[in-house]
Amino acid sequence: MFRYIIRRLIQMIPLLIGISILVFLLVHLSPGDPIRMLLGEEATGEDVARLNAVYGFDQPLPTQYFRWATRAIKGDLGVSIRQTIPVNTLIFERLGATLELAIVSVLIAISLGIPIGIFAATRRGSLWDYLSMIVSLIGVSMPGFWLGLMLLSYVALKVDWLPMFGRDASVLNGLWVLVTQFRADVLLNALRYVLLPATALGVSMMAIIARLTRSSLLEVLGKDYIRTAQAKGLKHRVVVIKHGLRNALLPVITIVGIQFGSMLGGAVVTETVFAWPGVGRLVVNAISQRDFPIVQGGVLMMAIIFTFVNLLVDISYALVNPRIRYD
Amino acid sequence: MKHFLRSKSAVTGLILIGVLILVAIFADVLAPHDPYKMDIWNSYRAPEGFSGEFILGTDDMGRDVLSRILMGSRVSLLVAATATGVSLLFGITLGAVAGYFGGVVDSVIMRLMDLILAFPSVLLAIAIVASLGPGVINAMFAIAIVRVPAMVRVTRSMVLGLKEEEFVMAGKALGLSDRRILFRHILINCIAPILVVASLNMGTAIVVEATLSFLGLGAQPPVISWGRMLALGRDSIRTAAHITLYPGLAIVFTVLGFNLLGDGLRDIGDPQLRGR
Repeated sequence: MFRYIIRRLIQMIPLLIGISILVFLLVHLSPGDPIRMLLGEEATGEDVARLNAVYGFDQPLPTQYFRWATRAIKGDLGVSIRQTIPVNTLIFERLGATLELAIVSVLIAISLGIPIGIFAATRRGSLWDYLSMIVSLIGVSMPGFWLGLMLLSYVALKVDWLPMFGRDASVLNGLWVLVTQFRADVLLNALRYVLLPATALGVSMMAIIARLTRSSLLEVLGKDYIRTAQAKGLKHRVVVIKHGLRNALLPVITIVGIQFGSMLGGAVVTETVFAWPGVGRLVVNAISQRDFPIVQGGVLMMAIIFTFVNLLVDISYALVNPRIRYD
Repeated sequence: MKHFLRSKSAVTGLILIGVLILVAIFADVLAPHDPYKMDIWNSYRAPEGFSGEFILGTDDMGRDVLSRILMGSRVSLLVAATATGVSLLFGITLGAVAGYFGGVVDSVIMRLMDLILAFPSVLLAIAIVASLGPGVINAMFAIAIVRVPAMVRVTRSMVLGLKEEEFVMAGKALGLSDRRILFRHILINCIAPILVVASLNMGTAIVVEATLSFLGLGAQPPVISWGRMLALGRDSIRTAAHITLYPGLAIVFTVLGFNLLGDGLRDIGDPQLRGR
């Protein structure tokens, strides 16, 4: 297993280099001069040239890339053109918010998706089965940001204790206060803020999990060992949960890992809708302001996290299924 | 065909898509009002139902929401269809070449696909459009790029299996060229799974287009798209939620149609899934 992990880590190096080149090119091949935009139309050519030199934009592209990549490896992603704050600081201040949003979304998706899937599978062919699958199908087809807008107008506006925008304390901080000071107010307040954006982001994943749990459980429930368990006289609930679900959840766990990455992509828009102070919103704002270093750093960071999450999924799958390790 | 007609989801999906295509074609005939005409005296009118003048109400500029949804279907469908078409073209070609020839060509193509897949697709699409500049054409291009890997993977895995079949060996023994074997004989047998991915890709493309337009990176004024309608309606969600409700529902039903069709086609292709 250790060798498998090392091999996968080594395989990641060229991918990470590729990611960095692509991110760099995407930002640097774009039309429009960011310095000209920053200084305005009245700035003289000399002013623009001087600031271009300060940011190194006057150098050839390969030189700019190597300088940027070498610094990025050391953790220096440059300085924001607009805010003159290190991009690192801006990203790390917001990374927690994005990860929190994605993790709470996944938790909501799992805690609703799996029960819905079991419910539908154990009542196969019934009205409830059809209804839950129709709801899941609609959930898969729904853009998360639109659901966010709907939650804002039909829930947040009507329920006083649900705030419309922003974020207060982090959930982690709330948990810490709960454990150390036995006070739940900070946690509850954090949950109030995260509930709607996380629901908007998590519904499509919930729907995918529900559909997959249903089909996977149906497949497992048709196996011989389930019939044996039933023949032994075990209760239906024990057969479904202990014998069926345990085996049916493997593909579900895989999809949770894969989908976590797409949560990061979806978070970009959800954060914009709910004014959630995460990396996604930072990147979207930076795009409109043509703040290259932030866009570069933000997209790079998201892609790296995405790649590592995928690696973790692969490793956990290899732990469960030893055949993968020897491919 | 018999299996297709028996698949409820495939038939429902096809009907939804069929209706939508007809709506897009005849949008200007069906639209009860001029979708571009501003009339601030009638702004923020609530939905009035079939008996009223504005069935789904009006937006902040007094434009008829229903007429704009009907007209917006053109851009949404056109962008999604073109992007899916381009991703099909590149995806099938690259996947077929990778699967058939293997070796270095396969490695290079698949590593490139890994690179695209290393980004969350929405984020990559946003980054591409941000780089090329906002607009419908660039949005199409970005959506096509992020959807190519799915197509490449499906085609490649199908070709890998089929190239060992006897009919391919027979073709080689007869002296047929690789190109002829690949494009005339192998790819013909990959159509079913490709159609499944294409249908699901259409749904995703519609959502990504709406996302890009919502962020101001897709369709630009005065072009009407569902995503842009959501962006414009966002400022008035406190007072006039209908402006965002209905374009969103249009997106949901369209994506639902493509997902149903894709699911149905997959079930038909996999006898084990039929009737489940």
